Amino acid sequence: MKLFIRIGLTAVIAFSTVTAWAEEVHVAVAANFIKPMEKIAADFEKATGNKVLTAAGASGKLVEQMKHGAPFEVFLSADQKNPMKLETEKLDVPGSRYTYAIGKLVLWSAQPDYVDDKGEVLKTGDFQHIAIADPKTAPYGKAALSVMEKMALLDTLKPKIVQGDSIAQTQAFVGSGNAELGFVALSQVIKDTTGSSWMVPQDWYEPLSQDVILLKTGENNAAAKALLDYLKTAPAQAVIKDYGYDLPTWATSDAK
Amino acid sequence: MLNDEDFGAILLTLKLASLVTVILLLVGTPIAWWLAHTVSRWKGIIGALVALPLVLPPAVLGFYLLVLMGPQGAVGQFTKAIGLGTLPFTFGGLVIASVIYSLPFVVQPLQNAFEAIGTRPLEVAATLRASPLDTFFSVVVPLARPGFLTASILGFAHTIGEFGVVLMVGGNIPDKTRVISMQIFNHVETGEYAQAHWLSAGMLVFSFVVLLVLYTLTPNPWRQR
Repeated sequence: MKLFIRIGLTAVIAFSTVTAWAEEVHVAVAANFIKPMEKIAADFEKATGNKVLTAAGASGKLVEQMKHGAPFEVFLSADQKNPMKLETEKLDVPGSRYTYAIGKLVLWSAQPDYVDDKGEVLKTGDFQHIAIADPKTAPYGKAALSVMEKMALLDTLKPKIVQGDSIAQTQAFVGSGNAELGFVALSQVIKDTTGSSWMVPQDWYEPLSQDVILLKTGENNAAAKALLDYLKTAPAQAVIKDYGYDLPTWATSDAK
Repeated sequence: MLNDEDFGAILLTLKLASLVTVILLLVGTPIAWWLAHTVSRWKGIIGALVALPLVLPPAVLGFYLLVLMGPQGAVGQFTKAIGLGTLPFTFGGLVIASVIYSLPFVVQPLQNAFEAIGTRPLEVAATLRASPLDTFFSVVVPLARPGFLTASILGFAHTIGEFGVVLMVGGNIPDKTRVISMQIFNHVETGEYAQAHWLSAGMLVFSFVVLLVLYTLTPNPWRQR
């Protein structure tokens, strides 16, 4: 019994010192960026000893949650508008916002040779469901709508549209085959080798400049600030590029 | 106040719940009858299966339905073979999901009602040369009326409140799968609290009225004694 108590006490002391040294960062991540973020977070944890706790969702939904007191300290959005909303609400640390990546939209199917490299499949309309993310809350969903509008196909495709709660659910709808195809983020399917996809020309939709912002809740958290800085480092940017994102102009000009 | 999409969601939900209640009464009555009278050793297993949606997280049910009804799933391949296409993201898919989800809410009140009647009235009816079917409709149904009432109201109300399963297999399509609870979720997540309030208050009043009707119409067992 004594031994147990001793082990227990040691554990408590060891644990309390660990938590005192390493800080936790609560991060809200736009669903499209969750895979690279997990990789970046792991590297960051290894490099600094801090702990990163992520929650993914549609950017608009995450902002709504933060407006109502969700305890996130860092927010990686899929656009610029949503973090700007936090600025209007004065929930941010002023001047902390910057662009960390530029996203790309793809039309994707889990079936091989289903989507051609010009997106002509959209015109045949020979499918039951096309999945997009909820355009009201997810920037990638909004981008998908503008692409269909640009192709003058929105009216004919509308009855076939199914909406994922975030781009993550959208990918799940297509990945499980329940929707034959759908508009998802390149980062979600870049490692996919069996499906087929069409990279939508980037000037067909408003640029998906993805901004990160430090929230007031993280103002005194050194780890949160460190994470914001870490996103700008070469190893983090390598991961971002690896998942198909473009780097913002500040990063590409700095690197040279 | 409420917009067209909200009214669309209300109409869709009522349509879904009515259809599901009718199907559940048709499917649930024989199951409840069998459960009430069988001495088979399967009784425990079937009873547990019927009650499963009571304890199973809706997300789990939704996930299995999405996989089963999808193009690679057994149900999905069957529905594709008979020319129905796949069921997720369709009204038909929601009906099937809701029938499974609300099954115990219909079967259990009916089973209790049938068990309360016992075998004595059936035997009496048989001695009067009533056929089993005749016995069922002229003896059992009138006697089990409170059970049928409870089953219908609970089945209907529970379908109206369904959310988790719809979130998994619905696809949030206006007028097809966007039911009231989904619409409330959409409003809250986009900060449209006024509309969320109207719909939620409506659901609150509705739920209260349902229970009020249920408790007023069902005879109080304590008073009878």
